[in-house]
Amino acid sequence: MKIKQISVFLENRKGRLYEICSLLGEAGINIRALTIAETETFGVLRMVVDKPAQAAELFRKHHVTVNQTDVVAVEVPDTPGGLANVLKILSDQNVNVEYMYGFVKKFSEKALLVFRFDDPARAHQVLMAAGVTVIGEKDITGL
Amino acid sequence: MIWNEAIETMPLEDLKNLQSERLVKLVRYIYERCPVYKQKLDKAGVSPGDIQGIEDITKLPFTTKLDMRDHYPYGLFSRPQSDLVEIHVSSGTTGNPTLVGYTRDDLKLWGDVMARVLCCAGAKPGDFVQNAYGYGLFTGGLGFHYGALEMGLTIIPASSGQTKRQLKIMQDFKPRILACTPSYCLYMAEEAKELGLDPRQGSWKIGIFGAEPWSEPMRNEIEQAWDMLATDVYGLSEIIGPGVSQECTYKDGLHLFSDVFYPEIIDPDSGVPVPEGSNGELVITTLTKQAIPLLRYRTRDIVSMTSQPCRCGRTSPRTSKIKGRTDDMIIVRGINVFPSQIEHVLLGIEGIHPHYQLVIDRKAHKLDEVEIMVEVDEKIFSDEIKRMSALEQKIRKEIEAILSIGVSVKLVEPKTIQRSEGKAKRVVDKRSI
Repeated sequence: MKIKQISVFLENRKGRLYEICSLLGEAGINIRALTIAETETFGVLRMVVDKPAQAAELFRKHHVTVNQTDVVAVEVPDTPGGLANVLKILSDQNVNVEYMYGFVKKFSEKALLVFRFDDPARAHQVLMAAGVTVIGEKDITGL
Repeated sequence: MIWNEAIETMPLEDLKNLQSERLVKLVRYIYERCPVYKQKLDKAGVSPGDIQGIEDITKLPFTTKLDMRDHYPYGLFSRPQSDLVEIHVSSGTTGNPTLVGYTRDDLKLWGDVMARVLCCAGAKPGDFVQNAYGYGLFTGGLGFHYGALEMGLTIIPASSGQTKRQLKIMQDFKPRILACTPSYCLYMAEEAKELGLDPRQGSWKIGIFGAEPWSEPMRNEIEQAWDMLATDVYGLSEIIGPGVSQECTYKDGLHLFSDVFYPEIIDPDSGVPVPEGSNGELVITTLTKQAIPLLRYRTRDIVSMTSQPCRCGRTSPRTSKIKGRTDDMIIVRGINVFPSQIEHVLLGIEGIHPHYQLVIDRKAHKLDEVEIMVEVDEKIFSDEIKRMSALEQKIRKEIEAILSIGVSVKLVEPKTIQRSEGKAKRVVDKRSI
């Protein structure tokens, strides 16, 4: 169960993040999770939204460089060592995490994290086999 | 002092006869020795017998940078490689660089015209010359070297860069003459001040600056910064390197050594000569070169020319400073840069055609900087920063390898680069020169 992440290329300039977010807001698209990675001159905004296909279409229409990637959303117990346990499972199976970030809103006693793997299909298998809850696209839309 | 007084002050009528005699000989020489030129002349319907004097020069076809590229490496040579004693290479528009070569006599010619340059700028026997043009494949360094050698001056072959050492050399040996690019001279003034030196107390009293375009305001800035006379030298590797023309101490146009490099000023579109004093493209025929003599070479530099004799006594025609280019070439730190070179690199990297723009700026510390902005489209965009950074590095390294100067690359959002009538503007030159 993979979900779609939307990534957007951003130049580091004032007001740009606002412009991107307000595009989504005006279109009634909700951001569920987001993170920004940056260098001196540019940044990449990555997010999980409730309507990824619509969001990608919207960005293209506004000449924003966009890309869709498969990511895995995982439920992690919100207790000390919760994340470490999940990471151990992945590490033991040699699954490489490219990057990860958390959801904006907490909707249960568990924390929801987004993982970007170099091989999402295999990561998914490993997590399922270890009994970790992986969240699907439908669950996200309904949040 | 005039180096080659007999030639440089020759009455115009005698000069014309000399040019006529040399052109007739040259056309025959090229026709017999260079199959590519023979074909070119045959195609234009001109035989050596049609050229009776210098006024017949307009019957000859032009030679262009494209000819240099298409016949790389030796196609335009009139001598075999074994007759060459030296070659120099400069960057071409795309793909092949430009190769030029010299016979022993060609090097003697180069030494002679460069000695004329040095004298024209005010050099005297016994002078010390600090040569801060790059030694190597670039013609600047060795051209000045041969001229100073011919004149018997003392040469400090400092080559380009290593500014602190340049300043130390100046302080220790007190050379009166400096040869380098004008922007480097200004850069050294800044550096000197930072080191606590007063440039106006420096030993350089005459500067011979070229290899890039510069203006009167820049001349004033240099002269005031260093308390020196700043003169302009012109040349291009296809013709000989530096040594085509040089300003005298009156700084009223560049004396073009027309006994060996015959100039014409033409309308770049029609190819027809323009009236004296009007702007046009400088076209040069190398009247006496042996290895790679060129007929009516289109320099793509826009100048105006006057044949009025100068107060200094030289009778050669004088051109203005370069007023522009007929192509999109830009010169950065003495290096020729064509936007097509950048395009070539970008196409090679991703197999796509991203939009790009070169921004050239001369920052506070006076050295030209090149920034290449590349628009990021979906094909090259990745959510992983390390891939984007790797792409940025790769573009930078490949462009630096082609241009041999440092550049910076900036990834920008689509539609960032200005487009006029749908066509992207490839070069933004912010230098105030």
